[in-house]
Amino acid sequence: MTHVAAVTRPRSRFLRRLPWWLGAAFLVGTAAVWVFPFVWMISASLKDNLEMFSGGLNLLPDTLVWENYVRAWNDANFGRYLINTVVVTVITVVIVTVRCATCGYVLARYRFKGSKLFLGVLIATLFVPTGYTIIPVVKVSMQLGLIDSLGGMILALSGAAYVSAILLYYGYFRQIPRELEEAAVIDGAGFFRTFFSVMLPLAMPVTATVAILTFITTWNSFFLPLVFSFSRPEIRTVSVGMQAFVGETATDWTGMAAAGVISILPVVAVFVFMQRYFMEGISGAVKS
Amino acid sequence: MSIRSVQLTRRESRNAKNARRASTVDEQMVAPERGWKRTTWIWLFLLPTIILYGIYTIYPIIASYWYSLVEWNGFDSEQRFVGIANYQAVFADPFFWNSFRITLLFMLLVVPARVLLSLLMAMVLNSPKLPLVGVLRSAFFIPVVTTTAIIGVVMRFVLDPASGPVNGMLQLFGLEGVDFLGDQKTALPVAAALYVWKFFGITMIYWLAALQTIPRDIYEAARIDGANVRQTFLHITLPLMKPFLIIITVLTIEETFHNFDLMYTLTGGGPYFNTEIIEIYIYRWAFAASIPQLGHASAAAVFFGLLVAVFGAIQLWAVYASRRMRRANP
Repeated sequence: MTHVAAVTRPRSRFLRRLPWWLGAAFLVGTAAVWVFPFVWMISASLKDNLEMFSGGLNLLPDTLVWENYVRAWNDANFGRYLINTVVVTVITVVIVTVRCATCGYVLARYRFKGSKLFLGVLIATLFVPTGYTIIPVVKVSMQLGLIDSLGGMILALSGAAYVSAILLYYGYFRQIPRELEEAAVIDGAGFFRTFFSVMLPLAMPVTATVAILTFITTWNSFFLPLVFSFSRPEIRTVSVGMQAFVGETATDWTGMAAAGVISILPVVAVFVFMQRYFMEGISGAVKS
Repeated sequence: MSIRSVQLTRRESRNAKNARRASTVDEQMVAPERGWKRTTWIWLFLLPTIILYGIYTIYPIIASYWYSLVEWNGFDSEQRFVGIANYQAVFADPFFWNSFRITLLFMLLVVPARVLLSLLMAMVLNSPKLPLVGVLRSAFFIPVVTTTAIIGVVMRFVLDPASGPVNGMLQLFGLEGVDFLGDQKTALPVAAALYVWKFFGITMIYWLAALQTIPRDIYEAARIDGANVRQTFLHITLPLMKPFLIIITVLTIEETFHNFDLMYTLTGGGPYFNTEIIEIYIYRWAFAASIPQLGHASAAAVFFGLLVAVFGAIQLWAVYASRRMRRANP
């Protein structure tokens, strides 16, 4: 019996693995269809307008037309839009991370008057849609003189609820044993130092998650930047710039494809490098 | 090891974990500072959130109610109080009810596809024997991280009846070209399909996280007991996923209310208002009209906010219910 098993095992293992490889091959095919629009966009961004119309299905361009990128970058102002987007995104990520970390920390570790109410109000606003708050946000920004400026856009974006980020920090700080804080206090650290040199470094995984999630949300945001840049086209972000591009030059499709690649590439790059934190962060949010 | 005993050990470890959690939270710690100094620090730490969240989230929620009661074009400072006239106007507007219907219809089209198809895909991608799992997960996830507004524009090209590659493909097979986004019948389903494509990955990750809460040894025990794939799914996976099914469904419903970006860039609400969701209706009255009517738009926004709030309440209830479910029946 053992003899027979020893002889047949290699072949049967191969046969047993075969369906899995077939399944994987099928899924790879599906995934190729899934990412096709991106491949098509990259391909279109390197063709000339004529070739894009005639050979729409051919993914490999005859000659690489880099001028599309030059046109999108200079004439369509995507260089400027990209800088705007980077500035808005980076500052928003910093503000959101710091404010959610401090808020989550205090709520998780201290009892104070109104802490329960505070948490309750936060949870009640977990899913406020931008469409609901946009009119007062614009009006209050006008009154504060912040409309039509990158600064106002940044404040409005970082003032969005971000309740899930606060809750992520809240959950994480709650389960850190209190001995760590005690040790810091015995070593003579005050409130501020305990937080910034002991607690915040411990929360590195949460910070990474919140930073990446905020990065992607802000980079991709559209409604708020659209409304904030109505009368000042030079403060558009890439997503708004893309929309305006379509309105202005409906014929320059290859230029638009190049602009699309410029706008999407950075965020995809960030995702590819940091995807572990990203996936874990989302997973953590569902499990708790 | 039987399923029963696995469940027991899991429950014990959960109880121990809960007990540990309770002790770290409830017997509060030796705080770094005491008295007024501590209170000052606490409020200092809350200050950025109180200011930003107060101005840009809490105030707008309240102000919307006030705006919905005035007649106001947004330019001059004059706001004329008109009571519930805006609501009457909104409710009498067939275009508002059209956008309300479109919003709900869109939800009905999108949610089952996102929740159930992504569950199937997650179950496949959760299997330890499948090769290339990491690559596949990333491929299905990529649309999630890309900019929705840009996807909308790019998809207009991809689906263009004259020169888009999809119609090119159809013609290659001798089929007639379809104006996917210009046709009143196809616009909404096509937009819904694109939305599912765009956000499928995130629901799939939710499901993967949920599936990973099932210990592998339960499956092994079932396999040793001779259960087939169908039995394993019906008697192990499905019951254990029930609490997550509630949470993920409600999360997905909430998310479908935020699709201004895609709809606005893809169709702008057309053709003939056939994809005009409430957010675009609000935008049209508040920002796109030559004479903005903020009162009218705000009344629509308040109604929209209430709709979302109802689902938010269901959401909270669902989280509690699923927690109880998981505790009672791990």
